[in-house]
Amino acid sequence: MIGQLTKAERQYALLILLGLALCGLIFGIAGKDDPLGIHGALIGVAALAGIFKVISVYYDPEPGDERLTRYYDDPTKFGIVLAMIWAVFGLFIGDWVAWLLVKPDFTFNAGWASFGRLRPVHTTSVLFGFGGNALIATSYYVLQRTSRARLPDQLSPWFVLLGYNLFCVLAVTGYMMGITQSKEYAEPEWYADIWLLVVWVVYFAIYLRTLARRKEPHIYVANWYYMAFILVIAILHIVNNLAVPVSFGSAKSYSLFSGVQDAMTEWWYGHNAVAFFLTAGFLGMMYYFVPVRAGRPIYSYRMSIISFWGITFFYMWAGSHHLHYTALPQWVQTLGMTFSLMLLIPSWASAANALLTLNGAWDKVRDDATLRFMMVAAVFYGITTFEGSFLAIRSVNSLSHYTDWTVGHVHAGALGWVAMITFGSIYTIVPWLWKRDRMYSPRLVEVHFWFALAGAVVYVFAMWNSGIIQGLMWRTYNESGTLAYSFVDSLIAMHPYYIARAIGGLLFLIGGIVGAYNIWMTIKTESKILPQSAVDAPEPALGGEAVLQPGE
Amino acid sequence: MDPGHDTLVWFSKSFGLFYLIALSITTVVYAYWPSNQKAFDHAAKSVLHNEDGPWR
Repeated sequence: MIGQLTKAERQYALLILLGLALCGLIFGIAGKDDPLGIHGALIGVAALAGIFKVISVYYDPEPGDERLTRYYDDPTKFGIVLAMIWAVFGLFIGDWVAWLLVKPDFTFNAGWASFGRLRPVHTTSVLFGFGGNALIATSYYVLQRTSRARLPDQLSPWFVLLGYNLFCVLAVTGYMMGITQSKEYAEPEWYADIWLLVVWVVYFAIYLRTLARRKEPHIYVANWYYMAFILVIAILHIVNNLAVPVSFGSAKSYSLFSGVQDAMTEWWYGHNAVAFFLTAGFLGMMYYFVPVRAGRPIYSYRMSIISFWGITFFYMWAGSHHLHYTALPQWVQTLGMTFSLMLLIPSWASAANALLTLNGAWDKVRDDATLRFMMVAAVFYGITTFEGSFLAIRSVNSLSHYTDWTVGHVHAGALGWVAMITFGSIYTIVPWLWKRDRMYSPRLVEVHFWFALAGAVVYVFAMWNSGIIQGLMWRTYNESGTLAYSFVDSLIAMHPYYIARAIGGLLFLIGGIVGAYNIWMTIKTESKILPQSAVDAPEPALGGEAVLQPGE
Repeated sequence: MDPGHDTLVWFSKSFGLFYLIALSITTVVYAYWPSNQKAFDHAAKSVLHNEDGPWR
């Protein structure tokens, strides 16, 4: 795995890990009466494990110069595996949380398993664990191919990938211990935030350094999206997490913002996390893997440029639509609403660009579940962005806000768009990375596709029903002018939809497990299984073949 | 230190408006500038090449 590191890189790795171990030790001592102490120990153990790993390969022969004639894909491979582990874990927790809403006793009387702690474990695991690792892994791959340049060194990609996962582990374990700064999607506390910032700056530097070595004069549009994702997340992360810790021995900190400014900063961050993490990054994936898998150039390169700048500059202003009918000034709400509506144009331009790229290759979409994952992702992207603009209208929001409709909207995006484009990209990249002719079982890709689609549709329809009923019940008055239904009445009405949602989530989880198994078997099984499984499964040649001949 | 509500509204309604219009025009002009067409076509096709290894 890290045997490719040169002697100097192994020494730097040891230095970094020793520094990290020292940080862990300091936090462990300073925070011995605080949950921070446990995180100090965790950081220390992680650093020690890294030190042992590096020492175990320290005296191995150095890699020769012939490595420079190939792209550096080891971190990408590891990142894909990590992404799938996080996917299964995060989807499992998500479904557990869904069943908690059906039957609240499923906490088994454990504090760490309460809804308020498990929910951020779910969101962080799927968004940052699964999505983030998939973005980092694919971005290394796409960056090198589109620039025709190898990553600038071998240490920093590992630093970013493993450092990022340390952040995710700190976040998730922290929530279970009750460590949170109570900002949605920005729950981790100050020390984890500072660590992520260091990791993120190195990530951006890798991008710039590789681009500086590129052969192609024009930077391919996928890289623009990946770069917007990295740069803007850095800005959002810094501003939203400005906080002062109680002491260096305490996990607790206080935000620099208060009241409505805090709310506005949080939702400026929160909605742009949707925009630049869950949209721009995955559009980068889409603009590379859809053309490559379909064997056709993107339908309109010009349209991809216009939608890039549209998405980048409109999204920045849309966050205030999360705060309709609050203390936020009316004009700021209207600004957010207006920009959310304008966003529909670049969003649909991107979705249309992907679908029009597939126009003329529908036979491939029919035969190849991998490409179908990406096609469905583009469709869900179009549906979700339309719904998002619609929900941002203040009067619509008065019905939808605080209801399950929002939850349904988020999952149309997360399950339908983000997860589908990621699975499609992973199924494309895995056989190439591990030099296989195709996935271990194309039939299991097909199974995964149908589980994922069924799960997403069941989930979203359940939440649409639930949310609209909930919203209507909350605003129904009787003749005397008081509310017709109590909150508990609305909860009882939700119950059947909560069961349906949990089943939808279960289907999606099963699909994810099937996918993880298939990927693992592809990695484990040498190509020699090819003739055997070609007999077992007559139709499958499709998956891999469609892409191995991009010239057709 | 505190810029005040009216100042911010004035700024966003004047500078904010014009910089977005200017940005939109710049983007469309760049995308449709005739001499850029070749570079865009090349870029769109470049990802479909077979993987041959890095240039450096």
